[in-house]
Amino acid sequence: MSKKMQITLTVNGEAQDLLAEPRELLIHVLRERLNITGPHIGCETSHCGACTVTMDGKSVKSCTVFVAQANGASITTIEGISTPDSLHVLQNAFREHHGLQCGFCTPGMITRAIQLLEDNPNPTEEEVRFGMAGNLCRCTGYQNIVKSVLAAATEMSAAREAAE
Amino acid sequence: MIPAAFDYHRPDSLQDALGLLQTHGEDARVMAGGHSLIPMMKLRMAEVPHLIDLQAITGLRGITIDGATLRLGAMVTQHEIIEHAGLSCAAPILREAALQIADPQVRYMGTIGGNVANGDPGNDMPGLMQCLGAEFTLVGPDGTRSVAARAFYEAAYMTARTDDEILTAISFPATTGGYAYEKQKRKIGDYATAAAAVLLTRKGGTCASASIAMTNLSDVPVWSEAAAQALVGTACDDTAIKAAMAAMDADIDPGEDNRGPVAFKRHVAGVILSRAISRAWSRT
Repeated sequence: MSKKMQITLTVNGEAQDLLAEPRELLIHVLRERLNITGPHIGCETSHCGACTVTMDGKSVKSCTVFVAQANGASITTIEGISTPDSLHVLQNAFREHHGLQCGFCTPGMITRAIQLLEDNPNPTEEEVRFGMAGNLCRCTGYQNIVKSVLAAATEMSAAREAAE
Repeated sequence: MIPAAFDYHRPDSLQDALGLLQTHGEDARVMAGGHSLIPMMKLRMAEVPHLIDLQAITGLRGITIDGATLRLGAMVTQHEIIEHAGLSCAAPILREAALQIADPQVRYMGTIGGNVANGDPGNDMPGLMQCLGAEFTLVGPDGTRSVAARAFYEAAYMTARTDDEILTAISFPATTGGYAYEKQKRKIGDYATAAAAVLLTRKGGTCASASIAMTNLSDVPVWSEAAAQALVGTACDDTAIKAAMAAMDADIDPGEDNRGPVAFKRHVAGVILSRAISRAWSRT
């Protein structure tokens, strides 16, 4: 066993200090130490995207980030995007457009989609498909996921314009 | 999947990183984005008692365009390559290739330095760097040296970089003329079954110069001078393309694996090269 190191993370706006072995993966620290179980472990081999979180403005697969690498970073998970009383536009869009069936991939899908729309607020359908290509879904066939992301983009753009 | 235990280092200068490599010798490895190394460590196919994370060394970042010379720090990510307007203008083939690497999440983390230094025959950037005639800057205890991409790759995962050196930057000339990076893969995120990087220039109705490199069709990238020569002086018509395909076929050495048998890979390599030449020529 290697030495533990002091890790400081900001997770969903809250400072977290913990001792961890550097080899621990970010997904394990989130789920098992911080009890943040929204990001899921699907393949654990950086293919499926179920563990996607936002780290300093980047969508990352938290199964392929050592907690030591993330030391000092700001992390947002699905838990950090809204409250149960006031869902995020993307969460409403997924509900409205049936963008999920079993729901296992959904936290990763929505977390990724938020960053995608941050980088590209008005994507085409092709850009949504390309930008979501790191997230796998075994239920929906993707049609309704793409529809949900496009609908959320339209709604978010309209809200931005109304605010200006 | 938990990797073996290691000590983690995050030096904030290149000198400190080189010092750690000196101190720990074979027990140490540097890591850029980690998206090749971490999966190997998780599978315990790589054991790294001392992991040196390069993320805090600001000197390894940044894209600079100085006249006709482009320089990318080793820690520039594939995502940054895709988003950089100046780079897309000065060498658009780089963006075209980066968009075909892995998936969005991996491209936020994966770096050009890691991609070229790892020596994985499946990586796309080594072949592209050979096509571009890039130079790699290596810094070690004895100072700085430059190695041509075309002389860098010795065998799978074996390169001209010595264990105590760090690849710090990549430089290459801005491109003119037509370009194409064409890649056949089984699915998004997969390595190439075959990929081709093609740069062409035109003078009047004929091809004035050409550079061609192939990916994942040998244990090293294949820069095929003969394939390029088959195009120079021609109008890149069917006959010329067939000649280039035949010359390329003589230079590659694919092995059978889960992407298919040798005959299939040779077939796909030809199709991909033919498409890449046509597309590059249409852009001249």
